[in-house]
Amino acid sequence: MKIDVIKSKKITFGISALVIIIGMVMMLTSGLNFGIDFTGGTLIQIDLGREIPVEEVREIMDGYDQNASIVHAGEGNHEVIIKTTNDYNNDERVEIFNQYKDEYNLDDDALINQQKFGASIGEETQRRAFISVAIATVGMLLYITFRFEFNFGLAAITALIHDVLIGLSVYSILRIPVNSSFIAAMLIIVGYSINDTIVVFDRIRENIKRTRKQPFDEIINTSIKQTIRRSINTSATTLIAVTVLYILGVEAIKDFALPLIIGVLAGTYSSIFIASPVWYLLKSRKSKVNMYNPNTIDS
Amino acid sequence: MNKSRILFALIIAVLVLISYSAVFGFTVGDYIVSPFGEEIDLGLDLSGGVYVVLEANTDETGDELAKKMQQTKAIIQQRVDGLGVAEPNITIENNDRIRVELAGLENPQEAIDLIGKTAQLEFRDLQGNVIVTGENVEVSEVTYNRNNQPAVALEFDSEGAEKFATATGLLMDMYPGDENRDNRIIEIVLDDEVISAPSVSETITDGRSIIDGSYTIESAANLANLIRAGALPLEMREIEVNVVGPTLGLESLNKSITAGAIGLLLIFVLMLIMYRVPGLVADLALSIYILIALGVFIYIDAKLTLPGIAGFILSIGMAVDANVIIFERIKEELRVGKTIRTAVDSGFKQAMTTIIDANVTTLIAGLVLYNFGTGTIRGFAVTLLIGLVVSMFTAVFITRFLLRLVIKMDITRSKKLFGGA
Repeated sequence: MKIDVIKSKKITFGISALVIIIGMVMMLTSGLNFGIDFTGGTLIQIDLGREIPVEEVREIMDGYDQNASIVHAGEGNHEVIIKTTNDYNNDERVEIFNQYKDEYNLDDDALINQQKFGASIGEETQRRAFISVAIATVGMLLYITFRFEFNFGLAAITALIHDVLIGLSVYSILRIPVNSSFIAAMLIIVGYSINDTIVVFDRIRENIKRTRKQPFDEIINTSIKQTIRRSINTSATTLIAVTVLYILGVEAIKDFALPLIIGVLAGTYSSIFIASPVWYLLKSRKSKVNMYNPNTIDS
Repeated sequence: MNKSRILFALIIAVLVLISYSAVFGFTVGDYIVSPFGEEIDLGLDLSGGVYVVLEANTDETGDELAKKMQQTKAIIQQRVDGLGVAEPNITIENNDRIRVELAGLENPQEAIDLIGKTAQLEFRDLQGNVIVTGENVEVSEVTYNRNNQPAVALEFDSEGAEKFATATGLLMDMYPGDENRDNRIIEIVLDDEVISAPSVSETITDGRSIIDGSYTIESAANLANLIRAGALPLEMREIEVNVVGPTLGLESLNKSITAGAIGLLLIFVLMLIMYRVPGLVADLALSIYILIALGVFIYIDAKLTLPGIAGFILSIGMAVDANVIIFERIKEELRVGKTIRTAVDSGFKQAMTTIIDANVTTLIAGLVLYNFGTGTIRGFAVTLLIGLVVSMFTAVFITRFLLRLVIKMDITRSKKLFGGA
């Protein structure tokens, strides 16, 4: 197997850039599709006992919010999940449910889930997410600088930002609602993807020590070749577990599983094709020599 | 037969036994071991229930706010206790919020109404006109009347005092004299239930009044509490509500368990195919990992939530990773021509720094998540953190121990079975 991530960096960077640019353009033009936990809103999930066409379900909701999103869920599509950006209070929620209850002869148990989020919650979640990512990033940068060197840290963080941007872009392109589960999953991906990157960097560090007179790009390619099986095998096992969860899980867990799937894929890609080439660029730009110099690396 | 083989068989037997008891539980005499499923606390999203987050609508900060939040919490606790919910969980979050978690409720709507209401307490005349509400009550405590009988002392704020003065004055004017006492009754109504119906004996102008009757200290204290509880010291707004019906909770749990089991099975098979003998060892180590992680979970009384399950399954992926790193290293060492034993030893040594560096960075992310997340995100972070620590432990100690044991068993010397070419 011939791998040259340095040579192919124009292509691999290009693919990522393309996805991110399309995602960002769509984000700027039509905005992200935020979940109700960000915008504030109400979710009502009702078991109607049989599959009722969405248009019919919508008739009652039209009296409240014509823009409500209504989707089927559960076995045989017996359930409907109604989401609206209006945060209805308890009485209003009961009123809405009671109309469905009367219309379809339901029990009180048929109201399987109701959620309400005030608008202030979303802003705070976003702010917290931002702070979390910032702190985690600095923390990891410090650790990597301490264990490796600053350039490795920078490259790892670049890969990590890449993963988050890819996640955001995919959500923006596919118009999937960004909610707090997505944020949590992205934060986890930050941890997961850096794990992948570190494994590669660790090998580069080791190979630098071992083979003193090799150019960086060769060292990188050897290191990636040595670790690629591990990267793929690990990602494959994790992907299998998370994908099964996505296929079999209920709505709430799908919200977690999907960004994890995207994140694991992006993370594996970036740890192979983004992190090391970025490190290479940083390294050759700084030292203007693309060979190991004992004075520049302390590992 | 060598000792290692006996030990290995023993380990497998113990593992099977523990796994069995983890799934089904067992009973030996009086000693009952419950299955893990019964021991793990489920979060509301899995057990069904209600959580409500209330936010104080106030500009106050610091100690003043903290004090009032504590009072509010105590009052809500009182209200919730009336619902007869087992183990209600009420916590103050973020200084100005209260999260109320109630599992397995008969009537969640009623609960939500009850928890968030600021002023459910009303003082009404017999015509049903509201004179003052619980918001106007500043003090409600046990006192003694002139005859040294227990009574309830009330104090209104200035607005309440004014209203009360007008109303009591009016009543005294309209129904003067002792014989009209019964017309001068003011009902104290909590949630449409009359908790006390004292009659007015004079115009009360200073906002201080005493309810007396034939109270014992206990019943007076009870009434004082009820009146106090009617008025939350802060206006609480409902900012987040989640009501999970019991069927959804059960469905979520069952589906996640099925998904987890299938995912796990696939991982086990994949490891066997990819790494053969070490793959088998990894599967054993993974089983041990799952048992320990669940054990820690039960031990620290963590609540298992849906995101927690996702976190746990992801952590299994990470536990696999540590093993994969080690085995790939061993393969490399074998390729260089080392014997199985030295390959395993040096493979481990080489893999160790990688595993530690890689996991510490993830640990940093997990800790940050735990500190900054709330609710569901925290559940996710907890399982992930437990998973990380336990997976490092099993990969480092148990996988190594088992691998060495398998080598000592001397069943095969085929490098191929250890992943060599």
